[in-house]
Amino acid sequence: MDGGKKKSGSSNVVKYNKWGYIFLLPFMIVYAVFQLIPFVSTIYYSFFENYRSGLKQIGPNFIGMENYATLLSNADIWKYTENTFVMWILGFIPQIIVSLLLAAWFSDPSLRIKGQRFFKTVIYLPNLIMAAAFAMLFFTLFADSGPINSMLMQAGLISEPYKFMSNTGSARMLVGFMNFLMWFGNTTILLLAGMMGIDTSLFEAAEVDGATSNQIFWRITMPLLRPIFVFVLITSLIGGLQMFDVPQILTAGEGAPDRTTMTLIMFLNKHLFNKNYGMSGALSVILLIVTGILSFAVYKFTSNQND
Amino acid sequence: MKKKIVSIMLTAAMTATLLAGCGGAAADTAAPAAADAAAPADEAAPADEAAPADEAAPADEAAPADDAAAADSAADTATASDEGKVLNIQCWNEEFKSRVTDHYPGYEADASDPNSGKIGDVTVKWIITPTDDNAYQNHLDEILPTNESAAADDKVDIFLVEADYALKYVNADPAVAMSMDDLGIAAADISDQYKYTQDIVTDTNGKLRGLSWQACSAGLIYNRDIAKEVLGTEEPEEVQEKVKDWATFNKTAEDLKKAGYFVESTVNDSYRVYSNNVSKPWVDGTTVQIDPNIEKWVEDSKALVDAKETNTYDLWSDDWNKGFYPEGKVFAYFGPAWLINFCMAADTEGSVANAGRWGLCVGPQSFYWGGTWICGATGTDNPTLVKDIMLTMTTDKAVLREIVEKDSDCVNSPSLLGELAADTSFGNKILGGQNPYKQLADGAEKVDMSKISDYDQGCNESFQAAMKDYFEGKVDYDKAVANFQTAVKEKYPELSF
Repeated sequence: MDGGKKKSGSSNVVKYNKWGYIFLLPFMIVYAVFQLIPFVSTIYYSFFENYRSGLKQIGPNFIGMENYATLLSNADIWKYTENTFVMWILGFIPQIIVSLLLAAWFSDPSLRIKGQRFFKTVIYLPNLIMAAAFAMLFFTLFADSGPINSMLMQAGLISEPYKFMSNTGSARMLVGFMNFLMWFGNTTILLLAGMMGIDTSLFEAAEVDGATSNQIFWRITMPLLRPIFVFVLITSLIGGLQMFDVPQILTAGEGAPDRTTMTLIMFLNKHLFNKNYGMSGALSVILLIVTGILSFAVYKFTSNQND
Repeated sequence: MKKKIVSIMLTAAMTATLLAGCGGAAADTAAPAAADAAAPADEAAPADEAAPADEAAPADEAAPADDAAAADSAADTATASDEGKVLNIQCWNEEFKSRVTDHYPGYEADASDPNSGKIGDVTVKWIITPTDDNAYQNHLDEILPTNESAAADDKVDIFLVEADYALKYVNADPAVAMSMDDLGIAAADISDQYKYTQDIVTDTNGKLRGLSWQACSAGLIYNRDIAKEVLGTEEPEEVQEKVKDWATFNKTAEDLKKAGYFVESTVNDSYRVYSNNVSKPWVDGTTVQIDPNIEKWVEDSKALVDAKETNTYDLWSDDWNKGFYPEGKVFAYFGPAWLINFCMAADTEGSVANAGRWGLCVGPQSFYWGGTWICGATGTDNPTLVKDIMLTMTTDKAVLREIVEKDSDCVNSPSLLGELAADTSFGNKILGGQNPYKQLADGAEKVDMSKISDYDQGCNESFQAAMKDYFEGKVDYDKAVANFQTAVKEKYPELSF
């Protein structure tokens, strides 16, 4: 009896497994066509000289690692890497601080914040706007004779328009600020989910023991939030490395001034002007490796602390 | 539940406003589109009646000119019926379509499809690809090299190009644009055209591969009120004396500054004037060179910016536009007839153009801006029709005069412009009744475009962008040039310095 039941049970599992694979199939096909094949061909083409000059197609000629050598021997790529990181950090630091604060407030039952859902929705809204539209809006707001400049001038704070897009500091700050505005809502929701998952009895126990709210946050919330925190950090880092639309639109693709707001992906985009698939492929592979190493490092670093 | 409703409503409100924007725009564009579609339909009726008579004439003329074709085919109509049934025209906006619709004898617009029409029994298809993000050129790059092997009805017959990248298609190897010899257009047919318009589409072997109906020679468009106040005169000849060369122009800029005016809206306004008057092309072989006149632009512009006599805005930006109104305090723009007629807010109450207070003079150096060239695509199956469209639209004086009257284009015919310049009854309202054709005709005569290269568009754009940092004092000149070189190498890996 028992044996027979077991048998039919395991064959059922096999039967159901088949359906599992069938339901996975659409995803696998889409993934292969739109992700896997382009991914492999990107790596493949990065070893070729392959671009267009006018109507002429140059290549593809196999040139080994020459694209990589050209990219890495040029100081520019390091400069663009630095730009990318500076602008990511300028956006990420305020983002993580504000998100932690908001998530802590929202998840604290003793505060009894009214209209929570309203605020959660509102802070998420900037993320719904296309980054390009958002950047265009800021471009107009901060133009030399835009509303921000005229307000500052009318208030008597400055005597002539401040050129926001022509100064490295202000241009980078604007990019950072926009990324902060667009993403702090998303981060808040993620962190909030993490905080709600913490057993409330821990907080209650701490309170009974006389811990201050500061102590509760640093000694209980933060350590238990670590997995989510690491997830936020890594996704934001990857997103930051791929920063493109905001600085691209804000500086009309030039990374002005003096290419100090040119990110790595904007640099990659420059190579697409002449369909230089070899060089842009090489740059993509370098980015992939950098992203991999950084994500791994962040993961190792934070999970080691956990032990 | 209630909370969920709140968030759903908030999101819905936001999406609704987004969509409302789209809806409004769609409705707005739909209205003129419908009006456009209606207009040709209305006009089609008289055109129909006129068609047999008009069409017969060029067909008859074509027969003796084209001896071989005439010998092969018994009747004129046979020549036409041997050729393709579909004429595909590649373009990036409505301009040429409206010119052909309005002025090409025998063209019948299709009332149901705005991008289609008929000439005789040949269907004309307009394929419009916007220029944004290089989309139009990418599209041409894709289809032109394989045009000869394309299916008959898909073959490109005519494509349009702009001056900035014309040479890319004219010099293409193997050729993608038909030469005048191949089309059977003789030099005598096109002698009444400005030389510069032909220089732009002449390949390295001296073969002409395109024609334009426009001569977009340009001049200095000045604000008459400011001229009167600062220079003491608003007459074009006298103002010209104050801007006759760059030294005088820069001196006038000082006087304007003292009175609180900018001489030009941005340094990029004068860029074309300098870059049209270079002594060597951007690229020689594969070496990029910076012409002395371009260097002079940098030097003059830096001085103007440092003295706060102009700004560093990008062309077409909201900052640049400010001078179209008196509060903008801009003395002059550099531009052609189309800028005056269509871009300077003439319909807006309170603008300088609306009050008719602009004037036009030749300026420090002659230059041109814009224009559209018609090229016959290699591999076309309608060469006779292509030839006729090119000749009719660019050399038929009656058609050109219609274009001047209806569309205010400055046309590519020295003799016609000469007649217009002498016509005292003609005056442009925006220019305070001034007849601009004398200045425009003078300018077009002097424009010399023999020093262009395949890489001009990329080089010009990168150079202006790189120099902006220098003008604003962010980098020194050498660093700006280095940035320019980096940008050019990204665009054209085959070039060196």
